[in-house]
Parts: sequence; C-alpha cells; structure tokens
Amino acid sequence: MDIQEYISSGILELYVYGALTEAESREVTKVLKEHSEIRKEVEEIEVALQKLSSAVAPTYNAEALLASIKQKLSNKSGSGVVHIDRKKSTPWVSYIGWAASLLLLVGLFFLLNDNNELRQQLNSEKARSAKMEQQIADAREDAEKTEELLAVLRDKEVTKIPLQGQNVDPGAFAAVYWNKKENTAYIDAKDLPEPPRGKVYQVWSLKLDPLTPTSIGLLDGYTMDENKIFMLENANESEAFGITLEPQGGSESPTMDQLYVLGAVAAP
Amino acid sequence: MQQDGLILELQNGNQRAFERIYELYSESTYGIIYSIVHDEKIAEEILQDVFLKIWNNSSSYNSDKGRFFTWVLNIARNASIDQIRSKSHKNSRKNLTTDNFVDILESGSNFSAKADAIGVKKYINVLKPICKKLIDLLFFKGFTQKETAEELDMPLGTVKTKNRACINKLREMLVE
Repeated sequence: MDIQEYISSGILELYVYGALTEAESREVTKVLKEHSEIRKEVEEIEVALQKLSSAVAPTYNAEALLASIKQKLSNKSGSGVVHIDRKKSTPWVSYIGWAASLLLLVGLFFLLNDNNELRQQLNSEKARSAKMEQQIADAREDAEKTEELLAVLRDKEVTKIPLQGQNVDPGAFAAVYWNKKENTAYIDAKDLPEPPRGKVYQVWSLKLDPLTPTSIGLLDGYTMDENKIFMLENANESEAFGITLEPQGGSESPTMDQLYVLGAVAAP
Repeated sequence: MQQDGLILELQNGNQRAFERIYELYSESTYGIIYSIVHDEKIAEEILQDVFLKIWNNSSSYNSDKGRFFTWVLNIARNASIDQIRSKSHKNSRKNLTTDNFVDILESGSNFSAKADAIGVKKYINVLKPICKKLIDLLFFKGFTQKETAEELDMPLGTVKTKNRACINKLREMLVE
C-alpha cells in the first residue's frame, strides 16, 4: 500500500470529520493502527480542526460550565439512586396496576356475561310466560268451545246424523249435529282424511225424492282447525247429508265419484 | 491528540478523566455548537448537554469506528441541529444557515481577545472561498461527502482532494 497516496487522497480528513460511512471509517481505523505515519497524519488533522473550531468559540467560563455539568451529574446520580429504588418497586407497582386492571377487566367481563345471561333468562321467561298465557287463553277458548259443543250436543233440538264412509274411502266417517230450530249444522269431520292440496270438502244437504243436492258450505281451513268441527247454516228440509271432495272454492253440484261420506236423517 | 488511556478511564467512570476530557475538548466543541446555533446562551446549554452525554454514553464510543474527537463532534453537531430544528429556534433559523465559521471569526469582537482566534482569523482569509465552504459544510455542519458534492455542484472525488488541499493550507498557517 502506498502510504503517501493514501494520505493525499483526502480520506483521512473525511475520517476526522465523520463524513465517511461506518464501514469506511472502520477500514481507515484498521489502516492507521498498522501505519504510524497515517496515525500521525490523522492526529495533525485533528489538532488543526480543534484549533479552528476553538477559534470560533466565543469566550466562555469553562470552569463555571464544568461545575454546572458536574452539578447536573451529581443530581442525576442522586436521582439515579432514587431511580434504582424506584426501579425495584416499579415492577410491583406496575404489576399491581396491571393485575388490578386485569381483575377489573375479568370482573367486568363476568358482570357483562352475567348481565347477558340474566337478560337472556328474562327474555326466555318472558317468552315462556307469553306462551303460557297463550296456552291458558287457548285452553279457555277450547273449554268454551267444548262447553259450546256439549251444549249443542245436549240440546234437545239437535239431531245427530252419522255419515258413513263411501266407496272412495270406506274408513271415512263424519257426523252432522243439526239444530233444526236454529238452522245450524255442526259438522264433525275428525275422521275424514286430510284433503289434498287444492281440494276442499263440500257439505251437501240432500232431498231424496227426487235427489236434489244443495250446498250448505265448505269445510274451509280443514288442516288449520284442531277439533275439526265446523258450523254451517242449514235452513233446508234436509233428508240426508253428504260430503264430497271438490276443487278449491267448491262446485255447483257434487262430484259423485268423490263422495266420501253419506247419511240419511232418521225419520222423526 | 487522542489519549486512549484517558478515554478508557472515562469509560470506567473516572471523574478525573472526565474533567480532563472536558479541558481537552470543551472549547472546540463549543465552537462547533456556536457555529451552528449562533447564540451563546443556547450554545452553553447544548455544550453542557453534550458533556452529560459524553459522560453517560462513554461506553458507546468504539475506537474501531473512529476518533474520539469525531465521536464528540457528532454528538455536538446532532444536538445543535436538533436545537435549531426545534420550534423555539425556528424564527432565527434563516439567519443561522447563511452564517458560517468564517463570518463568526470575522464579526465577533467578544472573542477577538483570544490569541488562537486572532491567529486563525488572520490566516482564514487567505483560504480560498471554496475552502471556506468545504470546511464549513464538512466539518462544522457535518455534511457527508456526497451531500457536499451536491451542495457545491462538484464531483465526489474533487470534494475529497480539494478539501485535503484546504486543510493542508490551514495546517501550514497554524504551524507558522
């Protein structure tokens, strides 16, 4: 390595300025440790720069400043002792703080959870209560209906006409409770098969000689009605009753091959 | 001149060593700080902070990375630049950037009493304007070689060789 060339390259000045990268500086440090000539050059550059920057400094009380610095240092080391003490206690304090907030958080979570559970319970209680109320109301209504039915059945004026299953479904059965005085007919259709979709049962009042069917109504909402008892008006002098399966809305005249049940009124 | 033993003692927390370091470096450090902040009061505050840092962070100095003087120089320049970048200093900042060490040497009567200053001032005017600029940017302001090249619109290699010539001139003058 040409030491003179290295020195005159100007890299040493930049080295003292601190204008080189860290890697470059490390390289120069290595070189100057190996070559005393280069080290001497660096020291001379440094002295020149120190003189230059010192010349730029205004006059100042160096001793007073040093005293002030030492004062700050002793304050700092004084507070440093406190700091060490504090450091010892700091973890505990901060742990307690953390622990407290963690507990609080957990507590809050449980409270929230509890609250939610309670709210859910309350809601389900409310729902259950509403359901009970509805059931009671339903039962009361059912009871009333039953009483009404019983009253109908017990009525002296009511005639029971059993309707027997016909060819379409021999197992089918129905009954008509006919109150001639009030012109009402209760149709007990419990033992009729469920009507297929789009079909409806139609009740007919029949005169036998000649055979004249008169529609007295449809068993609308058959699937919806629980007790399958329907009240229809019947002001006819009926001699028999029949029920046929008809298209939705009913028909003008009965479709005889879809006659499910038929029964004659017993002669008085 | 760097005294490696002294620095080692400083790093071991020897207060006497710290005081000696202060004697050796405080004035040049103050000059660097003052050339950047241009306010004696603020410069004195920064100087104190810089030496507090030197004491507290002495273990972070690594002689493999460079000169101790350079390490101190960096702390001083960074502290000063932080200061002039802070809000409190913003208003007067414009002024500061235009001034350089030459202006300070030429203007102030407050330090003309110092023998060194008189000596340097006497010769500094002999330096070419480009030398004044190079030394101001590279040494006092802490520009990198690349930043200096861009600032002065000069090839990178020229910055290095030209600066070398300028420092040689300065050294000649100081030896006389």
